[in-house]
Amino acid sequence: MFLEKLSNARGIPGDEAQVRALIAEQLKKTVDEYRVDALGNLIALKRATRRNSSRRKILLAAHMDEVGLLVTHIDRDGFVQFDKVGGIDDRVLPSKAVLIGAARVPGVIGFKPQHRSLEAERKKVVAHADLRIDIGAASREDARRVVGPGDSITFDTRFSTFGENCVRGKALDDRAGCALLVEVLRDAYPFDLYAAFTTQEEIGLRGARVAGYSVAPDIALVLEATICDDSPREEEQSPTTRLGAGPALTLADRGLLAHKTLTRFLHETAVAQKIPVQFKQPLVGGTDAGQLHRTRAGVPSAVISLPARYIHSPAAIISLDDFNNALKLLRAALPGLGDLT
Amino acid sequence: MARKNSNREKNTAPFPAFENQARAPTTQPLTPFKRLLKRLSEAYGPSGSEEGVRELVRDEIKQLADQVRVDAFGNLIAQRRGSGSRRKKIMLSAHLDEIGVMVSFIDTRGYARFGTLGAVKPLTLLGARVQFENGAVGIIGRQAQGAARTEIDMEALFIDVSGAPTAIQVGDSACFAREFLEAGDFLIGKALGARAGCAILIETMRRLKKSPHDIFCVFTVQQQVGARGAGAAAFAIQPDVAFVLDAASASDMPGAPAQGIALGKGPAIKFQDEGALTSARAREMLLEAARQTRVPYQLDVTPRAMGDTLPIQAAREGVPTAALALPMRYLNTASEMAHSRDAQDAIELCVMLLQRPV
Repeated sequence: MFLEKLSNARGIPGDEAQVRALIAEQLKKTVDEYRVDALGNLIALKRATRRNSSRRKILLAAHMDEVGLLVTHIDRDGFVQFDKVGGIDDRVLPSKAVLIGAARVPGVIGFKPQHRSLEAERKKVVAHADLRIDIGAASREDARRVVGPGDSITFDTRFSTFGENCVRGKALDDRAGCALLVEVLRDAYPFDLYAAFTTQEEIGLRGARVAGYSVAPDIALVLEATICDDSPREEEQSPTTRLGAGPALTLADRGLLAHKTLTRFLHETAVAQKIPVQFKQPLVGGTDAGQLHRTRAGVPSAVISLPARYIHSPAAIISLDDFNNALKLLRAALPGLGDLT
Repeated sequence: MARKNSNREKNTAPFPAFENQARAPTTQPLTPFKRLLKRLSEAYGPSGSEEGVRELVRDEIKQLADQVRVDAFGNLIAQRRGSGSRRKKIMLSAHLDEIGVMVSFIDTRGYARFGTLGAVKPLTLLGARVQFENGAVGIIGRQAQGAARTEIDMEALFIDVSGAPTAIQVGDSACFAREFLEAGDFLIGKALGARAGCAILIETMRRLKKSPHDIFCVFTVQQQVGARGAGAAAFAIQPDVAFVLDAASASDMPGAPAQGIALGKGPAIKFQDEGALTSARAREMLLEAARQTRVPYQLDVTPRAMGDTLPIQAAREGVPTAALALPMRYLNTASEMAHSRDAQDAIELCVMLLQRPV
């Protein structure tokens, strides 16, 4: 499964080269041309098939980067200080296994054993600035031989398949979207289809801003992984999305009021084709569409997301049923975008 | 001590109730401008759902423009060609949208939870009536919060739509429901800040007989959620200079700082907002137009609120952009309040602005 390779690859914001190379390899057989822009976005073009096809440019986007950490300093005793790159809750960091730099140097985010922790300490969240990564080095000199400031750090999680057609892995936000987009590019469409595998989404939608500008699309569709908090809770309230209930369409999030006609069309297509679909709870989260819809003179934009439990943590879970249904929905809806009014 | 006593005596009216009849406000028919303002103020149009109010504006502006279109973002752009040989492109903008709430969840009893569109404050919501696009009305209630009776968390609020439980869905937006009111020289209404800008822009075009310049009146969308729409319009128009018509918080109220702008002292020429410093060249044009018309004006130097200035100013290679604001009390509540004369002065200033050389 290509998603497995993507999930295991390292690619924090600004260091997406490994992910980009994996995707580019796949695109060689499926697109007409591709290029890498100044911010590292991988932008591919698949030309329209028929002569009398729509003259629209349709852009599909998925981001390559994942939330991660960055080496900032090596302590005198060889422990590694780090900063966060992208939104990670400090509570998920302690005792996690990580990999550092291109050489994938293994390490563990150190934490005081519970046997020696005071009652009060156990109730407190340790700020990431007070945590260190243990790489088994005896001294700073020892550590500097294998890691240095600026090295990127990812969670050490191997992708696996389990449960009811579920997968577990790091970086499923948004490698799942990348994998979807790679699949979509295998088919032919009656319009010029642009695919942008974007960079630096997790630190403020930075890659998408220039990718959108250079492509100047007529319609943009973002493929994402999104919050899924469907575990049981005391109060009656809607989860943001539900795992296994189909791809989620965005009505509004913190950066986008989704294009109504486009979103309605996606929903109607899903219903007509009997593809499970859900709406993501409004005004939560944000995606590259927050930038793309503001490109140039404005771009009608929508978002299709895969529910991902434990997103922005070492191990997220998505449903392959959702993945396959999203692919079905894209295959059913995309041909209609050429003349959607 | 003696002075205090004499004051008290002077201020004490023996039977104030008897005078109420005589002091009751007189109701007069609204002027055409105020009728327009009433229609716009009462229209439904939270960010992202501006279609209805946009149609109202389109009906007004279409006979005043050579060409009217709606762009991909939803901005309404009305263009009037100028007669000058050295004409420039001037963009005037006002935003259509108002603050609101969007339903995020509806429980089995018909209580809806919501997220906010724009600078909605929980304090202003309690007990408020909100209207949906289809006319359904909900009441904002608050769940029991134990001892914390004076503080209101947005998460503790809900919309009670018991009256029409099937009329709304998750994703539907609502805005304040409140009638427009004229009280003496004052104008009061929900969304007045946004819609007064639109009305001033429409009235300016009605009164402007001739201009040497190509004029683009832009009624923008999604301003309240972070000035998202205006940049798209500016990108397409590529104006030589741009002016944003908006509202600015007045500080002529009890407890407000002494400095700042006041109602009735003329429109405010803004120096900055949270996102932008207005361009000196464009600001000077407003000042010159004000001096030439002799209308009173105020200078607003506070950086409060975020307007459409930044995205217009930052479009393409950059656009000299200034902002003219109507002084407004109680911004972002159901009763935004402005002075009628300030609006008239703003119109006069804008008409002059568009006739002068750029």
